Amino acid sequence: MAQEGTREVDAFVKAQTDRQTLRFITCGSVDDGKSTLIGRLLYESKNIFDDQLKALESDSKRYGTQGERVDLALLVDGLQAEREQGITIDVAYRFFATDKRRFIVADTPGHEQYTRNMATGASTAHVAVILVDARKGVLVQTRRHSRIVSMMGIRQVVLAVNKMDLVGYDEKVFRAIESDYRAFAADLGFEGLRSIPLSGLDGDNVINRSERMSWYSGPSLLGCLESVEIEEGSNMGPFRMPVQLVNRPDLDFRGFCGRISNGTVRPGDAVRVLPGGVRTTVKAVIDGFEAVEAADAGTSVTITLDDEVDASRGDVLVGADTPAEVADQFEARLLWMAEHAMSPGRQYLLKSACKEVTATVTGIKYREDVDTGAHLAAKTLELNGIGTVHLSTSAPIVFEPYARDRVLGSFILIDKLTFETVGAGMIQFALRRASNIHWQALEVDRGARAQLKHQTPRCIWFTGLSGSGKSTIASLLEKQLHAEGKHTYLLDGDNVRHGLNRDLGFTEADRVENIRRVAEVAKLMVDAGLVVIVSFISPFRSERRMARDLFAEGEFIEVFVDTPLEECERRDVKGLYAKARRGELTNFTGIDSAYEEPQAPEVHVRTMRSTVEESVEQVIRSLT
Amino acid sequence: MGMKQLESESIEIIREAVATARNPVMMYSIGKDSSVMLHLARKAFHPAPPPFPLLHVDTTWKFKEMYAHRERMVRESGVRLITHTNQEGLAAGIGPFTHGSNYHTDVMKTQALKQALDQHGFDLVFGGARRDEEKSRAKERVFSFRSEGHRWDPKAQRPELWNLYNTRIRQGESIRVFPISNWTEQDIWQYILQENIPIVPLYFAAERPVVRFNGQWIMVDDDRYPFKEGEQAVMKKVRFRTLGCWPLTAAIESEADTLEAVIAETLNARGSEREGRMIDSDEPGSMEKKKQEGYF
Repeated sequence: MAQEGTREVDAFVKAQTDRQTLRFITCGSVDDGKSTLIGRLLYESKNIFDDQLKALESDSKRYGTQGERVDLALLVDGLQAEREQGITIDVAYRFFATDKRRFIVADTPGHEQYTRNMATGASTAHVAVILVDARKGVLVQTRRHSRIVSMMGIRQVVLAVNKMDLVGYDEKVFRAIESDYRAFAADLGFEGLRSIPLSGLDGDNVINRSERMSWYSGPSLLGCLESVEIEEGSNMGPFRMPVQLVNRPDLDFRGFCGRISNGTVRPGDAVRVLPGGVRTTVKAVIDGFEAVEAADAGTSVTITLDDEVDASRGDVLVGADTPAEVADQFEARLLWMAEHAMSPGRQYLLKSACKEVTATVTGIKYREDVDTGAHLAAKTLELNGIGTVHLSTSAPIVFEPYARDRVLGSFILIDKLTFETVGAGMIQFALRRASNIHWQALEVDRGARAQLKHQTPRCIWFTGLSGSGKSTIASLLEKQLHAEGKHTYLLDGDNVRHGLNRDLGFTEADRVENIRRVAEVAKLMVDAGLVVIVSFISPFRSERRMARDLFAEGEFIEVFVDTPLEECERRDVKGLYAKARRGELTNFTGIDSAYEEPQAPEVHVRTMRSTVEESVEQVIRSLT
Repeated sequence: MGMKQLESESIEIIREAVATARNPVMMYSIGKDSSVMLHLARKAFHPAPPPFPLLHVDTTWKFKEMYAHRERMVRESGVRLITHTNQEGLAAGIGPFTHGSNYHTDVMKTQALKQALDQHGFDLVFGGARRDEEKSRAKERVFSFRSEGHRWDPKAQRPELWNLYNTRIRQGESIRVFPISNWTEQDIWQYILQENIPIVPLYFAAERPVVRFNGQWIMVDDDRYPFKEGEQAVMKKVRFRTLGCWPLTAAIESEADTLEAVIAETLNARGSEREGRMIDSDEPGSMEKKKQEGYF
């Protein structure tokens, strides 16, 4: 017994070490039978334990959709809400193994509203199994998922035509769907596309070849997954390692920790630290507790360098003669994953490799029609939308095009206020504009100009609902400052819209651009030494934050003119509320567009309690 | 690809968490998964010790051999250990026999954990959960967010693409990080074998005093077992596939007294390792409910 056990363990350890792991996703439209198919794979490859089967039987009675039969989908749908509604909401990861390979399968949701969870599964997969219901053929969601699969760089695809039992195992049905899909997928860049007719419910062509479809001569789904080629980060490519953290327990040791994303590194190799570009030599490569002679792509290591070079989290170590690119303006493909549409001009946090910077989408080149792939003009990118955009970052980042390097080519966008992950991007190439336009350093600077005027330049930013009293307070403030001999300028929302911003409307995207331009103008004026008073509704926190970020600490004074909506509507000086209520004005702040109140304004004016004079007094006090 | 990739991925996750957290801590339950986690953490920061403490939420119902192993590992690794027990629960005499597994787990584990996290202000907590263990775990992200009050909302998880983890949180929120999400039970055993990682001897078969309780073998580890009239413990050669509170963790009859034999037995097992965990089968979806309330 003991000896037999040892032999078995030896065989197991060898198998574990040798067997590759294939990561794949199943995707496709709702009710195409994804969860059932995975349940079938687990069940038939004997990867289900007895107690799990027992639980499955009792669950099937309670939630099953298969009458008296066990419902294999319940092996995968793990959340209570999923079982109750009989749908998949979030991606589930399941593990199984055969003699040839280990598998990690991500079962992804078919509903359009959960597309971002599908993208999560796709981002780490080698192979995509795209399911189609034989009765329904290729649907919009099949095409949407195929586009995301292609965008994520998956090159190996299996088209699984499921529920063949419901079309009498008819070859003609299968061939028609196959040729339909091939025509659609022609420009998606799939290198390997195999089609398999199967039945997840009955198991035909899942593990074993089906006798009921003798007209099909290819492999079963499992056979296919066991033999498809796995593409990994290459050891042959140029060396790259993003620095995750600097390990410095004492003065004698300074190690750069990270996971090699590409290539191989050895002691003695010449490397550079990007974006700086300093050249140095690798002293030691530490893998776990050992110093090693070489480490390959995919390995987490600690590297020590010969010189005391300055490198920190977010920098990238690269082969000295094969550096990666560095830039702050890009063209990228973007998948939008938030309920709130993406508007150019708004700032987000961008995380790529181990670097976090502020990024702005400067423009949407086009969005893609998921159905046809056509390029369409767009001012915003909605939830689950895919587009090609231009981005600008607050600091240069080290990158590679996504097609060449998934680690240095991918990024996520994070909302600055909620910290939600709102976008997933793939860098295509750098835009060269930035490096050619340098800010002109001038002899006469802002300090000199301010001194001549005997004043401290400021940007006083009034925000509040339409009719809250911003303009009234702002103009009295300007009058008083002027009387005190200050050089001022008042930028009023309505006036600017007659000139500089007359091309902009009131959609969210236009409002963001409206504020961006005004903030930039205010910045130039502050630079010129003026006290600038801005009076704009500026309803969104993120835009006011963007404006604030343009100025030095203490230079930006946010004044919240706080008047209840009912009061603004009662006053309705310009008759706009009445119009909006009648539906003649859309996107009107307070009525059908949100006003996000400031959380910590420098000055909070409550107009129901103080007079205009008192309010002005309050602002002036904050300036000293 | 194989063990090396799994190890590298876990180390990458641990480092990413440490690089971005203000005040991280690692849950330490003394079991085999915790042993692997501690080993990975030591590798990730070698030659320095892991830059965070271990947290053991002590229900006071762990096996004696587990407490002994804990002391040994703390001594050998040089990592700081924080232990926390729900003092109110202890004073009220909460225990699995008197109050049932559900209530005991809620008060002495879930509530105790929340107390410890709040008391120390930890914003990031490493846990050793694996996706192959249980269905709701299979759905959880590697970086999993908890709102104020430590609640998990399974329907509003952040998308988690590539190995790009969004580590940003707001005041009062926290992150649970699961570095061995993609490991299976067999991977854990192989890694323990390959790396020669010390584990609690309870995983190996030995003669132990057991009683039949709710159809399973329970080891009588101290004098708190409420013997019925005429009932007494019998000696059987048993071992444990998973370790927790002794009254809630069933033993299996086994001859496997070496690591190799344990692995061989695991390879041929017909039941899942959580079969011996009584809290999973309380009611359908029970793990998901516990997790929503703050359980690991």
